[in-house]
Amino acid sequence: MTELPLALPPYARALDMAIVDEIDGAPVIGMPFTDRVQGRPNFLHGGAISGLLEIAAIAAIHQALRAKGSDSAIKQVNVTVDFMRGGMSQMTFAVGEVTRLGRTMANVEARAWQDDRDKPIAMGYMHYLIKAKRPV
Amino acid sequence: MAFGKPDLGSIMPKGAAFDPALVNKIMGKFGHSGFLDMEYVGHGDDWVELSVDWREDLVADPETGILASAVIISLIDNATSMSIWTKLGEFRPQVTMDLRIDYLRPSPSGERVYGRGICYHLTNSIGFVRGFAHNGNPDEPLAHASGTFIRIGDRV
Repeated sequence: MTELPLALPPYARALDMAIVDEIDGAPVIGMPFTDRVQGRPNFLHGGAISGLLEIAAIAAIHQALRAKGSDSAIKQVNVTVDFMRGGMSQMTFAVGEVTRLGRTMANVEARAWQDDRDKPIAMGYMHYLIKAKRPV
Repeated sequence: MAFGKPDLGSIMPKGAAFDPALVNKIMGKFGHSGFLDMEYVGHGDDWVELSVDWREDLVADPETGILASAVIISLIDNATSMSIWTKLGEFRPQVTMDLRIDYLRPSPSGERVYGRGICYHLTNSIGFVRGFAHNGNPDEPLAHASGTFIRIGDRV
C-alpha cells in the first residue's frame, strides 16, 4: 500500500468530500452543496447522495480492516439505497457502520444526514467481498 | 444558493409528449448529471438509455481505475426516472424511493458506461423500474438494478 491510509479517492475529491469527524472509530465524510451534486433545483441528486454513502462505507470498512491488521482489498457486490428525505442545499454528512466483517464478506450500513443524525436523508446497505491481496 | 438549472415542469409544456432526448439535453447539462456529462443514447416505449464516459475524476479505486459505484447509480437513477416519463408520455414530479444495484463485474478503466432504465409497471403513485448497465454490448451487462419512484404531487 503506497497511498495514505485515509486518502479519499478522486471521485470523492471531485465532489469536495472530506473527512470531518469520527464516530465509533469510523470516519464521518462531509460533502458541501455545490452545483456538481445538485439534482432538481436546490436539492441533492440521488446519485450524489449515493456517492457520499459509498465513500463513507468504503472508509468504514478500510478502518475496520486496518483495526484487524488486515490489508485485504474489497470489492463491492451490491448496494440498496433508501431515499428518505430530500437532500437540501446544505452540508451533508455520512458515516458507515460495518455490521459484520467476516473472512470472505462484509456487511456495511451507511447513513447520510444533514441537520440531525437521527433524521437520515438516505441509508445505504452494501455487501463487499473481502479479497486477500495477491503477493507482488 | 441558486443554480442555472431550469425547472423540468416548465421545459415540457402540458400536453406535449415526453421527449427523453430533448429533456436530457437540458437535464444532462446541469448539476450532478452535467458533472457526469450524461448523454442520451436511445429510448423505446418504456425504456431510456443514457451513458457516461470514463473519467479519471470519477474513479473510486485509483489502483484499478474502476469507477465509483455511485456513477452507475446516478446513470441508472436518471435513466429509470426518464423511463417512467417516457412510458407515461408526460413529465410528472417524482422522487426515487429506493434503488438496488448488483454489480456483476467492474466497469473496465477507460470504458464508457451505458445505463438502460425500464419502467415495467406504473400505478397512480408508484413507478416500478429495473435497469442494467453495460459497456456497449447490452448482452454483456456489468450491473443489474431495480427500484421504485414515488409521485410527489406538485412539490417539484
